[in-house]
Amino acid sequence: MSSDKAKTPTFQESAKAYLDNTQLRRNIGHATHTIRDKREQAVGEMPDWEELREAGSNIKQRVMRHLDKYLVQLEKSVQQAGGVVHWAKDGKEANRIILDLVQQKQVEEVVKVKSITTDEIELNKALAKEGIQALETDLAELIVQLAEDEPSHILVPAIHKNRAEIRELFKEKLNQDELSDRPEDLAEAARLYLRKKFLSAKVGISGGNFAVAETGTISVVESEGNGRMCTTLPDTLITVMGLEKIIPTWRDFEVFMQLLPRSATAERMNPYNSFWTGVTDGDGPQEFHLVLLDNGRTNVLADEVGRQTLNCIRCSACLNVCPVYERTGGHAYNSVYPGPIGAILTPQLKGLEDEGAASLPYASSLCGACYEVCPVKINIPEVLVHLRGKIVDEKKRNGGIKQKTNQEHIGMKLMARAFKKRSRYERAQKLARIGQGLFVKDGSISNLPGELAGWTAMRDLKPIPEQTFREWWRQRDE
Amino acid sequence: MSDSREKILQRVRSALENVPESESPGDVDVSRAYRQEGTLTGDELVTLFAKRVGEYKATVKRIKEEDLQSAVSVSCREQEVEKLVVPPGFSKNWLPDWIQPLNDDPGEPLSNQQLDASDGVVTTCALAVAQTGTIVLDAGEGQGRRVLTLLPDYHLCIVREDQIVELVPEAFVHFEQSVRDDGPPITFISGPSATSDIELNRVEGVHGPRRLEVLIIS
Repeated sequence: MSSDKAKTPTFQESAKAYLDNTQLRRNIGHATHTIRDKREQAVGEMPDWEELREAGSNIKQRVMRHLDKYLVQLEKSVQQAGGVVHWAKDGKEANRIILDLVQQKQVEEVVKVKSITTDEIELNKALAKEGIQALETDLAELIVQLAEDEPSHILVPAIHKNRAEIRELFKEKLNQDELSDRPEDLAEAARLYLRKKFLSAKVGISGGNFAVAETGTISVVESEGNGRMCTTLPDTLITVMGLEKIIPTWRDFEVFMQLLPRSATAERMNPYNSFWTGVTDGDGPQEFHLVLLDNGRTNVLADEVGRQTLNCIRCSACLNVCPVYERTGGHAYNSVYPGPIGAILTPQLKGLEDEGAASLPYASSLCGACYEVCPVKINIPEVLVHLRGKIVDEKKRNGGIKQKTNQEHIGMKLMARAFKKRSRYERAQKLARIGQGLFVKDGSISNLPGELAGWTAMRDLKPIPEQTFREWWRQRDE
Repeated sequence: MSDSREKILQRVRSALENVPESESPGDVDVSRAYRQEGTLTGDELVTLFAKRVGEYKATVKRIKEEDLQSAVSVSCREQEVEKLVVPPGFSKNWLPDWIQPLNDDPGEPLSNQQLDASDGVVTTCALAVAQTGTIVLDAGEGQGRRVLTLLPDYHLCIVREDQIVELVPEAFVHFEQSVRDDGPPITFISGPSATSDIELNRVEGVHGPRRLEVLIIS
């Protein structure tokens, strides 16, 4: 996914540092709880929410199982509507295609709508290398860009910054001497700064929320109007989209345009949805390019359990309910896709050889809250467990005899044996009761030795009780 | 480039090896048990729409058609709008005589600078959705190019009662044929432009019109 192959740190390594940052934890905690409660309300007023989720999941499943046909159909529809379709195997190729298009227009600046896909391929960096500045126009993305920071949330990328931090940033970077920290004033400062940029922009770059195979219609869902600006004002519009973002027909919007706003911003409908089909004479860009990006997505597609990950419509509801995300924030995931969805998407896109990515499926307590809120019913816990299994299998395959004599492996084998038969299980219990004696202090175990230390590194264990329920029951009969 | 196309399609096909050859997209069941048609009619429907639009902090007024011109006049005065952008096909009878219309003529379209310097824009709409308080524009008569409702800071939109549907699916069905035929740009507008990017505090008005006013005419 990322162009440089430098080793990314593991989630566990990064999370430690973020857990110590109390300001960050406060910002993220406030934000996730606010939006979580609002979402519940927005979803609660829909009597047919479950039916919509079912339909959304079904439609995406249909698309994934026949993605080749839909891709070809989409290409044809876009071409018929006057657009040009490009195919990019990876981020590097996508960036080159976009760079070529921008250079043809001889501009030094392009305006951009927030798009995680372009973050994924590091488009801004690639353009900057050739002297082209890609200006982020979403307020939060602008904040992140000006701060030379990284986004920390799919939907509200600057969720980790509070108003005072943003005011300081704007004062310095937008040359605003007098600026209060009222969100209204901060938004006004961004409006003034960006308005000039919009009016002079020749090229706009966007992501896409959905693309309709049947008609070639692309949609961008947003709140601020910067999306409308970028897709309307420039002469040339370039949209970069993961190849999984297809929906079969125009009418399928009736499902997703209900699921997405309520799950994402917890609104009945977000302020602006733009739908365009190729180019329209005399209205908006007269040149339209659609870049379809693979960049690992076909690997995800090939895994029958992992495939459902591609259903994701990037609403971020799973981030907001995740007890892990709430405490670590998005940066600990070291990926543009944080939270539960990132924990399954990133390792599949990057591959499990990447140590950092392979640590992500463990960034979960498997509580299942993410699955419950997912508007397209991605069974995230199922995929997490599936990926954990793959990681262990991979280790076994590559580790050879060393892996087979690994203590964890032997321990798990023994556990499996013990759990297989009641008599064995009860014997094991008795043994453990005797064995634990050395470690129990004041009614809990807080320091296990050697390989087992991980179990008690972060929390205490309850010792095995003196008597099990069954033992008590038998005694009672006697 | 076409090389990548073939490679990607090849990768997709091999990823889907386990999907039976005989299976077509239609064989994958899609359950559509959600509500597709509303049950509200008449005044209930209009009231719901007005309420929902109002909840986005847009101004909503219900008026009789014969009072439209004076209502436009009142709204423009309240909002201190003099230079008003007028799309092609918008009835001149609805404009107060004191207003300075900036007519967007297809042969001689207004420049972005002119639009940026205007005080507001008045349009009709193609459809409205009560469930979500949404107005839908499809660049038709009285609505004009997308940019007309984007650069001015004030948008006055006129909705006829018979244009209101209850549910979101009804709106998409409405445009199904025209999208297939001509593919006009379609814009859903639900309240004024807004952001919640700073500490999740909602701020009305970032890049699109900061003030939205809807006149519902019977």
